[in-house]
Amino acid sequence: MKVIESLEKKLIEGKERPDMRPGDTVKVHLKIIEGNKERIQIFQGIVLGISRKLNRTTFRVRKVSTGGYGVERILPLYSPSIDKIEVIRRGRVRRAKLYYMREKIGKAARIKEKRNFNK
Amino acid sequence: MIKGILGKKLGMTQVYDDSGRVVPVTVIEAGPCVVTQVKTLENDGYTAAQIGLVEKKAPKKQSKAEQGHLKKNNIAPMRHLKEFRIDAGDGINVGDQVLVNSFEVDEKIHVTATSQGKGFQGVIKRHGFGGGRMTHGSHFKRAPGSIGQCATPSRVFPGKKMPGHMGARKVTVKNLKIVQVIEDQNLLLVKGAVPGSKGSLVAIRKG
Repeated sequence: MKVIESLEKKLIEGKERPDMRPGDTVKVHLKIIEGNKERIQIFQGIVLGISRKLNRTTFRVRKVSTGGYGVERILPLYSPSIDKIEVIRRGRVRRAKLYYMREKIGKAARIKEKRNFNK
Repeated sequence: MIKGILGKKLGMTQVYDDSGRVVPVTVIEAGPCVVTQVKTLENDGYTAAQIGLVEKKAPKKQSKAEQGHLKKNNIAPMRHLKEFRIDAGDGINVGDQVLVNSFEVDEKIHVTATSQGKGFQGVIKRHGFGGGRMTHGSHFKRAPGSIGQCATPSRVFPGKKMPGHMGARKVTVKNLKIVQVIEDQNLLLVKGAVPGSKGSLVAIRKG
């Protein structure tokens, strides 16, 4: 067990990922390969949850697409096809998994911004 | 070069390949192994090398025969021994080491181990029978159904699939690909699953 743990730690060494929490709005820059060309596609949405498992960590991003259709993606945090992740807005939430967001539409689907008055 | 090695399954994890795809891998701690006996055509009628996984075994736990077998060549007691076939002029001697560096990335291997025991299981889990429906007053839920005909032949044919003990048998998975070789830790990363529970002995043979 220890051996695998150290192996997994080594796999994520040096890979920079921002401190991202459920409720945050993030901009994920995805590398898309089309034929032999590579381009960047941006997926922006709210982080619904993070499953933390060292190198197998995945996170779930939900965006509301045009037409009001919710689109969710589960992405491996340390995948080489993620160019970078930008945290645009910190959200104030009281849950680790925000699945209730799926039922909220329009104005109800907002998340309050986290304010840190001490800073 | 011996075409095999003994090791222990440590568990599974995942790595990324060059194109960024996730590859599920089994981590096997293989070796170091030592050649404990070389069987020759003249002596034994076939050529093979017996190798042992270097791991201590209390002398108390060994039979006299085991002790004598290894003592002959001044090799410390070992818990696991296994034979691999070799060609006649391979130049393998007793005491030679077998390490993970005899394996290469992308090489195909066969992995043999004892599968996880499932105990006494019914036909649905053991043989994949369909079973009956669970609701609407069903009296035929997970039973095997008819096991044969009537007065002719008035017996059940041998080999009929029935409930019984499942798992805990020798299983070989063929053509697994080696993804990574970590020499300093004696580790092999093999694509896909390997039979057995964590910590169980596996025999790796070159395919």
